[in-house]
Amino acid sequence: MSPSDEALPTNLATIRDDFLALGVPDRLQLLLEFSDSLPEVPEDRVDPEAWERVEECQSPVFITVDAQPHEVVVYATAPPESPTTRGFASILVQGLRGMTPEQVLAVPADFPLQLGLQNAVSMLRLRGMSGMLWRIKRQVEEATGQ
Amino acid sequence: MPIAPDPSPELSTYAQPDRLVTTSWLEDNLDTPGLAIVESNEDVLLYETGHIPGALKIDWHTELNDPVIRDYLDGESFAALMSAKGISREDTVVIYGDKSNWWAAYALWVFTLFGHEDVRLLNGGREAWISQGRAITRDLPHRDSTDYPVVTRHDDDIRAFKEDVLEHFGRPLIDVRSPEEYTGERTHMPAYPEEGALRGGHIPTALSIPWAKAANEDGTFRSHQELVKLYLEDSGIVPGDDVITYCRIGERSSHTWFVMKYLLGFDSVRNYDGSWTEWGSAVRVPIVTGEEPGNAP
Repeated sequence: MSPSDEALPTNLATIRDDFLALGVPDRLQLLLEFSDSLPEVPEDRVDPEAWERVEECQSPVFITVDAQPHEVVVYATAPPESPTTRGFASILVQGLRGMTPEQVLAVPADFPLQLGLQNAVSMLRLRGMSGMLWRIKRQVEEATGQ
Repeated sequence: MPIAPDPSPELSTYAQPDRLVTTSWLEDNLDTPGLAIVESNEDVLLYETGHIPGALKIDWHTELNDPVIRDYLDGESFAALMSAKGISREDTVVIYGDKSNWWAAYALWVFTLFGHEDVRLLNGGREAWISQGRAITRDLPHRDSTDYPVVTRHDDDIRAFKEDVLEHFGRPLIDVRSPEEYTGERTHMPAYPEEGALRGGHIPTALSIPWAKAANEDGTFRSHQELVKLYLEDSGIVPGDDVITYCRIGERSSHTWFVMKYLLGFDSVRNYDGSWTEWGSAVRVPIVTGEEPGNAP
């Protein structure tokens, strides 16, 4: 599958380029760095009712989106014993940071496939990240009425 | 020259105690020549977060499968993988992993397809090692590459195909999936929607014995006595039976395969790795829904 030609917003493009600049084993190390740096969600920042389970992931990962008109903030939690899932969540949390709702909705659905991770983590596992992305976009749509 | 088995009394009641090692034995033998420790997990990055010192990583998805066809590596590819990892044909291989050794048992089963003689599981797996406070590291081990021989994969003894299952009625089949998958309420495992099948239910006559019943909370295997009760007394399987296990893609049923084969000592146990993702999507194979095993067609 060839990567989408649509232009990616800067943060996501940088993340993609960082992955593609590395050989396959080092891409896993970079994913681990993302996993290690998934931002902690400050206590009381998120209504416990707001968390949505990402059913596409094999491990328990929850996301929620605070979609303001000028900026979207994504929160995610995943356990340390599921570092791959944490890495995926961290890429999206950090990569979507600062974007407007319109920009988030314009992120290509195949972004997870553009990171060159198919051979490193397998297609099956990457579907978890695709699931996170479409759930984030759906929450943005619901929150902004787009 | 295989390394002497773990003599721990807690393993001695199993049919083949030499197929298991305890965490304390492994800790004492980390530097024993001829030992290769292999970590195999569901999560492809877990090894990188810290592993048993000296352990190699083998990933089921990306390393043990043929990249195109739904099948395992062939003899050449397995030899190349082993040689690159630095594993010799004579090495004692101890495999461990997450989720009560679920994927580790799968890797062990694949090693067995190639007749690797001495391959054992770490009882309790990754979780037991870590919860006991034993050392882990992020350092990658260095092992010199080896010249592992090309061995033809031998599927007949421990692997069943759909055609074998169709011929198997009248002998025990064990469905190790969750009760919801067995009855047909779900066509996939909770939280694994992408590995689904078109139809729900189970293979006629299959007994429902979810794989995790064979494991304790800490990931170790249940005692021999408990396993005898679960698989023989409560289920009506008798010693000498020819048994086929299956689940969704063959990984959970590898765990049960290991239990039947090495802990209970059944000679003829095969794992149907096509499992429900094949059977539940195949045309015109018989399926039973609900809680009862149902009748052979």
